[in-house]
Amino acid sequence: MGRVVVDVMPKPEILDPQGKAVAGALPRLGFAQFTSVRQGKRFELEVDGEVTPEVLAAALAAAETVLSNPVIEDVVRVAVAPEVVGSTEPTA
Amino acid sequence: MRIGVVTFPGTLDDRDAARAVRLAGGEPIPLWHADADLRAVDAVVLPGGFSYGDYLRAGAISRFAPVMGSIIAAANGGLPVLGICNGFQILCEAHLLPGSMIKNDQLTFVCREQVLSVENADTAWTRDYTAGQKITVPLKNQDGQFVADEHTLDELEGEGRVVVRYQGWNPNGSRRDIAGITNAAGNVVGLMPHPEHAVEVGYGPDGVQGPRTGTDGLKFFTSVLHSLVG
Repeated sequence: MGRVVVDVMPKPEILDPQGKAVAGALPRLGFAQFTSVRQGKRFELEVDGEVTPEVLAAALAAAETVLSNPVIEDVVRVAVAPEVVGSTEPTA
Repeated sequence: MRIGVVTFPGTLDDRDAARAVRLAGGEPIPLWHADADLRAVDAVVLPGGFSYGDYLRAGAISRFAPVMGSIIAAANGGLPVLGICNGFQILCEAHLLPGSMIKNDQLTFVCREQVLSVENADTAWTRDYTAGQKITVPLKNQDGQFVADEHTLDELEGEGRVVVRYQGWNPNGSRRDIAGITNAAGNVVGLMPHPEHAVEVGYGPDGVQGPRTGTDGLKFFTSVLHSLVG
């Protein structure tokens, strides 16, 4: 099974209310060194078999047509997910 | 005149929109998101709410609903389409209107009676108003901040495609106080405020005749009927 990761971020000039709210909370918890927070979205797309160049191209197309809205968001990464050491699946 | 009112999973205002159509003198025709059949309607209203939970982005998944394929094709052919609130967002996601909505700039849900100025009284949905007319209709949303790049905004302004603008107070940070816009042909209109909630005495915003007497939104619905009869 292959997995593609797509990262989508709000455009720099677009207000990011979630990031702003998190940025407001961090100092209250003692994390005073972070001057700004921007929150984006990460999609993990799974396919049967290997992630081929065609799969990556399809993932990019999906990222640009559905997963993001180019008016307000940028697709910042479309990449093969690295093998994870240990399972990320919940254990029964 | 048959005016279709679409129901998506999570639509809240379809009943009110259908009622507004009826009060204006039209026949509301329920349309279902999963059914591509437009049932021979003469116009379509996309009501507000939270279609498909607004997962991904508001309007992003609704835009690919079977009914939207038919509506996009028909709108490009001249069918009058009005998108209110979430419906406006769906029209933007469907690229029938430019721009997009993001969270309100003050990060809170806003619910108020909002004064608007009608900037374009030539669209299929605003022809019963006069240009410059001030109207009051409810506004209620969290993702109501209209954004677009400067070039698009200049184009909208230059072509007179800003249909309604916030007056007195910009409730959500929308660029250039824009509350609603139209496409180049004037048949597709989207706006964040809710004209369908201001169509009947006793249930609308406060009006000149007293509390809840405001019916300023009704002319959106009479306008389209008059557009259709020419």
